[in-house]
Amino acid sequence: MRFLLSILSSSLLVTTAYAVDNEEPLSDPALQARYEEIIDEVRCLKCQNTTIKDSNAFLAADLRREIRHMLEDGLSDEQIFDFLVERYGDFALYKPRASGKTLILWIGPALFLLGGAFVLVNIVRRRMALPIGDDSSDEG
Amino acid sequence: MWKYFAPLVIFALLILMFIKGLDPERNVNALPSPFLGNPAPQFELPSLTDPSKTVSNADFGSGMTLVNVWATWCVGCRQEHDFLLQLAESDAVRLIGLNWRDNEGEALRWLQELGDPYVDSAYDGDGRTGINWGVYGAPETFLIDPDGIVLYKHLGPLNWALWQKHFVPHLEAAGKTQ
Repeated sequence: MRFLLSILSSSLLVTTAYAVDNEEPLSDPALQARYEEIIDEVRCLKCQNTTIKDSNAFLAADLRREIRHMLEDGLSDEQIFDFLVERYGDFALYKPRASGKTLILWIGPALFLLGGAFVLVNIVRRRMALPIGDDSSDEG
Repeated sequence: MWKYFAPLVIFALLILMFIKGLDPERNVNALPSPFLGNPAPQFELPSLTDPSKTVSNADFGSGMTLVNVWATWCVGCRQEHDFLLQLAESDAVRLIGLNWRDNEGEALRWLQELGDPYVDSAYDGDGRTGINWGVYGAPETFLIDPDGIVLYKHLGPLNWALWQKHFVPHLEAAGKTQ
């Protein structure tokens, strides 16, 4: 029974393996590795919550083709990301660059954490100031 | 004191956010184009109607130009086609088509059957010019001034109301400075 259960529950972890990109791999394995990393970082603008690695939209296929060409032409990863951002904006990259416009994305979580810490410290301090044994609310 | 006003302020901020976020005219897929205020990308492609000719930035002319990205597989392009025909008749702008990722024969038949609003259409079969222009979903329409600067980009089918709201202010502003 336990064996059966473990098999059944492990089947929940299985996902389908997608192979959207059916192009020939690049001749140089190092280039192919960089290629696979890059396409996992680029958003498919047509279907905005997938990467161009996982999308079968023709725009994603076109972008993969352009990236392959650029890699073969010896462009650096940085130059390839620049190419995309110049045309499609910061949104094209899953990891947006730190710039004036994307600053809020980078420091936003820290701000929320600081705000929460501030509220927490305030509440704890106020409660500590209450006489021991006084259970009345600290709402004034 | 702020304890009583803080929820009110937060509520007001939420309302503002909802008004902006739930605006029925807001297109959630529209992204700001990095070309706004910058020169339109250079391109040169064969003309759809006469492959011996080319269409390029040189065809933009001395007035305002509209570059309209279209394709026969694009439903929104069919929706805006009648508007484009009317706009072409009004002579407000020079209308250049960018036939994107399309089949040449079907594109030509589309223009024959529905009418051709364009001065000329560039044929971008492999989509490379589209990528250079940051195109990600037809129909897309770029408004370009006489100096070749992109003033505005619209995503989605156009109609007279959208034209009046988003394009006419640019045309009027340009008319005043000339």
